[in-house]
Amino acid sequence: MAKDIHANIPQGDLKDKWSNYKNQAKLVSPNNRKKLDIIVVGTGLAGASAAASLAEMGYNIKSFCFQDSPRRAHSVAAQGGVNAMKNYKNDGDSVYRMFYDTLKGGDFRSREANTYRLAECSASLIDQAVAQGVPFGREYSGYLRNRSFGGVQVSRTFYARGQTGQQLLLGSYQALMRQTEAGKVQLFARHEMLELITIDGKAKGIIARNLDTGKLEPHSAHAVVLATGGFGKIYYLSTLAMGCNASAVWRAHKKGAWMANPSWTQIHPTSLPQSGTYQSKLTLMSESLRNDGRIWVPKDKKENRKPNEIPEEERDYYLERKYPAFGNLAPRDIASRSAKEQIDAGKGVGPLKNAVYLDFKHALKEHGKEIISERYDNLFKMYEKITGVNAYKEPMKISPAAHFSMGGLWVDYDLQTNIPGLFAIGEANFSDHGANRLGANSLLQACVDGYYIVPYTLQNYLADQIQVEKPAINHPAFIASVKEIKAQLQEFIQNKGNKTAEEYHRELGKILYDKCGLSRSKKGLEEAITSIKTLRKNFSENLLVPGKEEEINSELEKAGRVKDYLELAELMCLDALHREESCGAHFREEHQTSEGEAKRNDKDFCYSAAWEWNKTASTPILHKEPLVFEFVKPTKRNYK
Amino acid sequence: MEIHLKIWRQKNQESKGALKNYTLTEVNPAMSFLEMLDMLNLKLAKNGELPVEFDHDCREGICGQCGMMINGIAHGPLKNTTTCQLHMRSFKDGDTIYIEPFRAKAFPIIRDLKVDRTSLDTIIAAGGYISVNTGQAPEANSIPVTHHEAESAFDAAACIGCGACVASCKNASAALFTASKISHFANLPQGKKESAERTVKMVNRMDELDFGHCTNTEACQVECPQDISVLHIARMNYEYNKAKIKKI
Ligand SMILES: Cc1cc2nc3c(=O)[nH]c(=O)nc-3n(C[C@H](O)[C@H](O)[C@H](O)COP(=O)(O)OP(=O)(O)OC[C@H]3O[C@@H](n4cnc5c(N)ncnc54)[C@H](O)[C@@H]3O)c2cc1C
Ligand code: SF4
Ligand code: FES
Repeated sequence: MAKDIHANIPQGDLKDKWSNYKNQAKLVSPNNRKKLDIIVVGTGLAGASAAASLAEMGYNIKSFCFQDSPRRAHSVAAQGGVNAMKNYKNDGDSVYRMFYDTLKGGDFRSREANTYRLAECSASLIDQAVAQGVPFGREYSGYLRNRSFGGVQVSRTFYARGQTGQQLLLGSYQALMRQTEAGKVQLFARHEMLELITIDGKAKGIIARNLDTGKLEPHSAHAVVLATGGFGKIYYLSTLAMGCNASAVWRAHKKGAWMANPSWTQIHPTSLPQSGTYQSKLTLMSESLRNDGRIWVPKDKKENRKPNEIPEEERDYYLERKYPAFGNLAPRDIASRSAKEQIDAGKGVGPLKNAVYLDFKHALKEHGKEIISERYDNLFKMYEKITGVNAYKEPMKISPAAHFSMGGLWVDYDLQTNIPGLFAIGEANFSDHGANRLGANSLLQACVDGYYIVPYTLQNYLADQIQVEKPAINHPAFIASVKEIKAQLQEFIQNKGNKTAEEYHRELGKILYDKCGLSRSKKGLEEAITSIKTLRKNFSENLLVPGKEEEINSELEKAGRVKDYLELAELMCLDALHREESCGAHFREEHQTSEGEAKRNDKDFCYSAAWEWNKTASTPILHKEPLVFEFVKPTKRNYK
Repeated sequence: MEIHLKIWRQKNQESKGALKNYTLTEVNPAMSFLEMLDMLNLKLAKNGELPVEFDHDCREGICGQCGMMINGIAHGPLKNTTTCQLHMRSFKDGDTIYIEPFRAKAFPIIRDLKVDRTSLDTIIAAGGYISVNTGQAPEANSIPVTHHEAESAFDAAACIGCGACVASCKNASAALFTASKISHFANLPQGKKESAERTVKMVNRMDELDFGHCTNTEACQVECPQDISVLHIARMNYEYNKAKIKKI
């Protein structure tokens, strides 16, 4: 039965809520903390920072990741920067403004209280990272440098060259390794979580597969934190890493945890286009390029001259034309959608006609090569490495790519899912970005969740668990679950069909990108659902997994991930189908203004959709968490 | 393009390995090196053979998970490039390519091209951090760091922990990896305080593990995808000697 759900938001004025919470939260005394075990799955910014902080407090941590070292979590790939409200520029920034920008950027589809807390805790993160030795960009005076990022009018982005994610992650990874040395963290790299264990309705452990040996290992604890990142890789071609997956959240979902707004995916406008069918991923080119590059397509779709030979009057600088105020710096969703419009209209460029030009000719003329190379040389080099093309001489070709999951596990203000004892942090949850995330806000969210929020809220939960023994790993719940997973893995292997998991993944990705990507329609989504069901059936009959189950087997790992994707994909389509409005990254063709802009419907859809698993992938139950705007009035996003 | 491959196949650390021959006929020059291996693996799987196990994740040169010896060079022929960023246009039609795992005593083979580099994490655990707990940090701008200090620290901090330096060193030394972390912190005012303890702990840890000693061949920098400078090794030695004089 569908129900209205509540997020346990503390009382009080917006700016007092988090303090009120902390003042009233239950505590665990230091000598009791060492009796409590916590499982943290994921070692990205969210997981590593949570695991390290909780270990420093005295809890016993087990930390899991599928890579061979915690330092390789995909947070490492973030380039651009991290936002924080320091107002070092004296340019009028404030916690309120940052909160408002985030809420507006998300098209008023996130919770006021969570978003405010994100902005409120942002400053401490910079302090922490600097103390850890993160080499942020500096002014010659020695003070921290800032830059501006899409969708805002102040400079609040901190950065470490084009490797901000790597440097922040090394900070939290090192803190994690320090606690490993201190004996407070046990590391399980090359381990994949395959099941959540609940006992009497509470999260009590996980089953992980040791990827080197293929052995299934039960782990029990007093609480479980999922920090398993985003699932944009469901689109196959994406800016995510090859191993990124939805399996941890999806298996928790099938154990009862709700998935919120699963279809809201940010499609990034400046990735490198697909160049052939063999391609395995898309590389992001930093959005900062849009500060100097001008985006265009030829006016004539039959154009076949080289870009430099096409005269100015035969080019369409469509972003500048359609959004004169923001031009090439229009927000991501708008820039991506406009590119798709041009590509769909047959004006795409490149061998597959799937890209648009990003041209530095004018900037080079205006500023000179020296300045442009100071700003972007590393990106130009990377571009050349991948494409073999010199962007000082010829425009880059870029295209939109799946990038970030705004949706994820539903969590309340405590970042606790509806399963007591199961917390979700970082990109794995749905909480702060609404229907569109602002650039440089998600590194922040992952860090704030891990360093500053979950250590308090988890403690509030654990205070009542001190007297409760954690279950033994031979508890029937663990034994039954190991048996089930084993049967599933064996089934994959014994199937002996003729199509690999990777091939299914590619097909699924294409369906989703075409029909549940940048723009969506009732008809398209219904077609997608039919295709996904067919694909899923085919997968269960025709999957080919070589090798054995109890050994290292990359193909088997993929099979499990793709199976989960095939179910999640349908939920994404159902979510997109039910939301009869356009908001942020969710653009329903039926709901647009006469000028082709998104048309939100606050009367009927001002809520987060939290889906409950119900027997099959096709029959989920929808719960609604109404979004109540007590402190701001939702307005229309306008970037014209 | 037609490409001939000689790939090291080995079931596990205990078993004996050998090079096996494969040929791919439809390699596209725009493919990445790993996509070429994907293509091979698809073919192997369909033929009922075991795919080649290799490590990779981000495929954009930053996570450090990929890495193999390509024609005897860690990460292959292109300078400052990880295996995942190498593309087939660096090879010619008809080429034969030798592909082997990173070899070092401290990196036991898991299977085929996958090796266990946990020893690098263990070096970091010994002291590769500034000892600050969450919540203890002072206001960020209260520790000014000059532009120059920040940039030099960054040059060292850019290490991706891939282990190519170890694999390319005839002594299998982890000096460049370890030095980059020591130097990163030694360049920063907030990292200097612990420098002596940190250096001694990390160097001792490196010695306890199965890494060899550095004899300054400088092969590591040549094959390092991040172009981490061997000058950091000199800095490490300086910090180490300084610490020893202080009797740490
Ligand atoms: C190319 C790129 C550039 C970006 N640039 C920026 C930027 O400039 N600024 C910004 O703010 N944001 C950026 N983002 C977004 C941001 O990087 C991510 O949202 C954020 O880092 C997510 O952190 P996380 O800790 O939640 O997850 P991740 O860092 O993805 O970590 C996930 C962890 O979970 C583990 N895991 C996953 N599944 C399992 C499982 N089943 N079992 C065991 N372990 C598992 C993984 O091993 C990993 O350790 C970028 C994203 C990408 C892809
Ligand atoms: S120093 Fe270079 S080669 Fe060695 S681990 Fe770091 S990035 Fe790799
Ligand atoms: S796969 Fe990440 S660096 Fe190559």
